[in-house]
Amino acid sequence: MRVAAVPSFPDRPYDARVERAPHDTGGRPTTERIDRTDHELDDWELLTDALVGALGRAGVMNVDELRRGIESMPPAEYERASYYERWLYSVETILSEKGVLEPGELEARL
Amino acid sequence: MSHDHDHPHDHDHEPIGHDGESPAAARARALEELLVEKGVITRESVRQGIDWLVSRSPADGARLVARAWVDPEFKERLLADAREAAAELGLNAGPSPVVMAVENTEKVHHMVVCTLCSCYPRALLGPPPVWYKSLPYRSRAVSEPRSVLAEFGVELDPDVELRVLDSTADVRYLVVPRRPEGTGGMSEDELAALVTRDSMIGVAQPASPAAAAAQ
Amino acid sequence: MSFEQGQRVRVASREHRGHHRTPGYLKGRVGTVERSHGSFTNPETRAYGESGLPEKELYLVRFEDGHLIYADIYEHWLEPQ
Repeated sequence: MRVAAVPSFPDRPYDARVERAPHDTGGRPTTERIDRTDHELDDWELLTDALVGALGRAGVMNVDELRRGIESMPPAEYERASYYERWLYSVETILSEKGVLEPGELEARL
Repeated sequence: MSHDHDHPHDHDHEPIGHDGESPAAARARALEELLVEKGVITRESVRQGIDWLVSRSPADGARLVARAWVDPEFKERLLADAREAAAELGLNAGPSPVVMAVENTEKVHHMVVCTLCSCYPRALLGPPPVWYKSLPYRSRAVSEPRSVLAEFGVELDPDVELRVLDSTADVRYLVVPRRPEGTGGMSEDELAALVTRDSMIGVAQPASPAAAAAQ
Repeated sequence: MSFEQGQRVRVASREHRGHHRTPGYLKGRVGTVERSHGSFTNPETRAYGESGLPEKELYLVRFEDGHLIYADIYEHWLEPQ
């Protein structure tokens, strides 16, 4: 069960009380245990990773844009999404922003 | 819409959304098709990316560690410049600008995290484990690292200095774990077999010779 | 701004609504410069499609909290302490 993201930690002397985006997780209080079950990447996850690499080599989207796209997810979506679902969200967001993807173009394929 | 079949026919052509495929998988495949059609990327570039990723494993990192264990001068070179040291062994430390090796000793233990995302020395260790990318690891590694280590089965002596490295920028960190006791006569290959992925992240010690022999 | 190995520094606690790589848990904290990693393109501007130039110097900074935390912080997020 996830603890909701809280922007300040009154019991921690070093917290600067600045608002934190959902990806900014360091030091966030949580009671969630670390699930150490490992699994291989699914084919679509490998594909997503490779898509980002290909976009990078093509000069279309860089890794900082990828991170920025991920960080722009609404907090609840960020927490709910799996790792590569966040990557997909970012790619769609950034490529739409750049006009590489037209509105609705991807949906039309699904 | 043309579909170029000059490439080897080693992938499926199922229609998007066939039974059993998750929405994310359908999205990824649709995105690839669309971007290739529009000439934004090539299928070949995607394939190269997949091939590279599946070729990566902790074996390369383990080779660096094993060499460092048997060759003190190599170890110093590894700690000074991991990319150059890796190149000595014919290994590519990957596209990240800087890779830095840090050494565990009797008095110091290192542990690596990326609190902001999942930065990790993939070229030398392969893709990061799921738990490394998880929110609780990212949250707790910097605030309660000894508790996290205990969950991983590592109990450090209280007088061991614990250093948590948060990979916040474009530097990737690789932990050189301590050489286990009782490994004096072992070859480099035998030593490399003891070096686990988790020991190079800093959440485990390497396998002991007895444990490895029991397998 | 340039910093020396061993220099005490404070991480700026300003809010920055765009992409940046200074974690919230370190903002406002005082640490010690361990070393410089050299200069890199600025992710804060690269994230918006810009070149990331001029490059910014990146420092490995040590923080103490019982255990030690080492983090890579860009020069423009550090102030002399």
